[in-house]
Amino acid sequence: MNTQVLHAEPGFFRKYCWSTDHKVIAMQYMFTGLIMALIGGYLAYVFRMQLGFPNQSVPGFGIVTPGRYNAVVTMHGSIMIFWVAMPLLIAAFGNFLIPLMIGCDDMAFPRINRLSYQIFLLSIVVLIASFFVKGGAFGGAWTAYPPLSASGAYNLTPEGATMWLLAVALEFVAFLLGGINFTVTTMNGRAPGMKMFDIPIVVWMIVLASIIFMASVGPLIAGAIMLLFDQTMATGFYDPTRGGDPLLWQHLFWFFGHPEVYVVLLPAMGIVAEIITVFARKKLFGYKTILYTAWSTGVLSFVVWAHHQFVAGIDPRMANIFTVTTLLISIPIAEMVFLYIATLYGGSIRLHTPMLWALAFIAEFMIGGVTGIFLGASGTDIYLHDTYFVIAHFHYTFVPIAIIAMFAGLTFWYPKMFGRMLNETLGKIHFWGTVISFNVIFIPLFMTGVAGDQRRVYSYAQFAEQMRPALQHLRTISTVALLVMLAFQVVFVINFFWSMRHGKRAEDNPWLSNTLEWTVSSPPPHGNFAELPTVYRGPYEYGLPGRALDYWPQDAPN
Amino acid sequence: MLVRYFTEASTYAHNIDDLFLLIAVLVGFWLIVAESVLFWLIFTFRRKDGRASQHITGEEKRHTRWITIPHFLVILCDIAIVIPAIMVWYNIKQNMPPADHTVRVYAQQWAWSFQQAGPDGLMGTPDDILTVGDLHVVVNTTYHFDLMSRDVVHSFAVPSFRLKQDALPGRTISGWFRPNRVGTYDIQCTQICGIGHALMAGHVIVETPQAHAAWLKRESSLSAAHAAAALPARSPESSAMAEVRR
Repeated sequence: MNTQVLHAEPGFFRKYCWSTDHKVIAMQYMFTGLIMALIGGYLAYVFRMQLGFPNQSVPGFGIVTPGRYNAVVTMHGSIMIFWVAMPLLIAAFGNFLIPLMIGCDDMAFPRINRLSYQIFLLSIVVLIASFFVKGGAFGGAWTAYPPLSASGAYNLTPEGATMWLLAVALEFVAFLLGGINFTVTTMNGRAPGMKMFDIPIVVWMIVLASIIFMASVGPLIAGAIMLLFDQTMATGFYDPTRGGDPLLWQHLFWFFGHPEVYVVLLPAMGIVAEIITVFARKKLFGYKTILYTAWSTGVLSFVVWAHHQFVAGIDPRMANIFTVTTLLISIPIAEMVFLYIATLYGGSIRLHTPMLWALAFIAEFMIGGVTGIFLGASGTDIYLHDTYFVIAHFHYTFVPIAIIAMFAGLTFWYPKMFGRMLNETLGKIHFWGTVISFNVIFIPLFMTGVAGDQRRVYSYAQFAEQMRPALQHLRTISTVALLVMLAFQVVFVINFFWSMRHGKRAEDNPWLSNTLEWTVSSPPPHGNFAELPTVYRGPYEYGLPGRALDYWPQDAPN
Repeated sequence: MLVRYFTEASTYAHNIDDLFLLIAVLVGFWLIVAESVLFWLIFTFRRKDGRASQHITGEEKRHTRWITIPHFLVILCDIAIVIPAIMVWYNIKQNMPPADHTVRVYAQQWAWSFQQAGPDGLMGTPDDILTVGDLHVVVNTTYHFDLMSRDVVHSFAVPSFRLKQDALPGRTISGWFRPNRVGTYDIQCTQICGIGHALMAGHVIVETPQAHAAWLKRESSLSAAHAAAALPARSPESSAMAEVRR
């Protein structure tokens, strides 16, 4: 055996597939997440085509039978939340940014980090394989309420259901490992001089999200194991005829499921904070207040879960408590948004593509936020629960989070990731195409929801009141807008890969930003910093009077 | 506001619609204000040559009041929403007015079936009327329903009544409604329940007392005929009772 080989420059496989470098793992998570987003988008295309143009063969899929429809909506929801939003917002940005922004060479536990991605990849293999087993992929909705999810006789996808559950459980393990890493690294790996309140907001937000995730996921993992036993070993945890209770699952699921919303929201808010400060050349308005609102949101997010279950058969008196807590959580979130808007005051705003995405996040997320009040108020939820109003509200929060903020971050840090600038013109075409069509998809769905369209139904043919022609027009508009939105993603893909080879070479600090990741070369070398930096101030010192430059990097001595 | 999108056919429908309108006005106000301020700031503070950005920490009192005042106004609005929301909820889900009639609702993959008292006015007697898919009720009459599921979770929804309640296997969940408008209205299942979820439709037929009496007479003579001819009756329970009576 040639010992020379062992010490040579790592080969392609060791460098890109078996690496412990946080930046490589970030890229693995990012590309995997983007590919999963394409699959999730394709599934959305399939069921929107069925709803917009009922009972016609969908090009690239075929006839959407009721069973396939259920599988497609279930997989769209699961993939977009667990395999797109989580890996992109937390794992990709967390891995890439945390060591660079706090000034250290890598994660605290690089091998655990590598293991995290490998388990994540395994979860995807299990999930994708479930499309091809007998009965097809799981068709019991991403919320997987038993007894439907517990018995193949009810859901008719016995193998798909078990594989779905295994995939979700594996994905949770991956993110537990990642969350431990993010928290430990941030607490222990900061550059000398970086105090708690000098940490960039995005790092704080990813750490808070990881803590919320780790604290909320335990009950769901327990619930998932019980459901797995119900499916495969004929136990009766959720079977009322044997002393079980189907509501138990709903509580365990939503105890995780609602904090999960904030698990993905907070990193998105963090990304947007970095971008608006840089492009408005402004200090963040009330750094500490933003942190306090994020903490209180995190704490409150644990006591609102039953607003998903107002009409689920819980004691009706309990709904009153959860209505109050749900409206309480609107206060810190509203305040956070106010602080972001206030940050723009007195700025010098440059509307580059990342800034457009960041501002669009604020503008669109507010619509998602206020429509949530209709659902958090128990009285109106009686009517709106499980209608398309919920879907429209949810997507007005989730698309800004997982799509708009993700593109904001991707276009902002692209120069650092790949050493090239993206094309601004293509970026703006992609931005306007995506944001406008996004609104045209979901505003009609608010209307069909208010008009009584219930969720997860492949055809309204049986419901005379939903067969009003005006409603079908709205559904068709929504579908056509989705096609437009998907078409505009081609612009992004072209821009992304073309710029990687032919874009303008990026300087170390193309946006004139303060944080530490911009002090290293683009892309950063293995080990990040030639000499570990020292931090002298907070991350948002823009526009200080009496200085020649309108920014003041964190590592520049006084 | 909601009534423009969907008929109101029960006494509490307009409570929900009024609450919807109240919330729409309050959150609509906030949304318009916040979006206007956002776009105004983007426009006013766009980059101009020779104008540098200002250094504002957002921690001085004269700056924080721009957050604190809206903060307290948001709390006020939340209170203004919570109280009516709970009142509406209490009215519909907690406080059951005395019933004129009771009906049992059974959900199963993928049909609704209903059991009502027959001419004797008593539930659980041989002359009970059993129907599948259609629920016949009298206008301006208060009904209690006992909701049960035979298999998975379903949800009993009558959008024109603004009524929605999940049906859980192993439990009986009670609720009420009082239809106030004659007509035929859809029953939806709003909780995914398998491949037939979209087929799980039913109808509530709200009738005048006369029409209902005629229907009742027709149905009960039909079931009496079934019992007399010893044909397989409509449910094991009623056929067993028919046997006992004979």
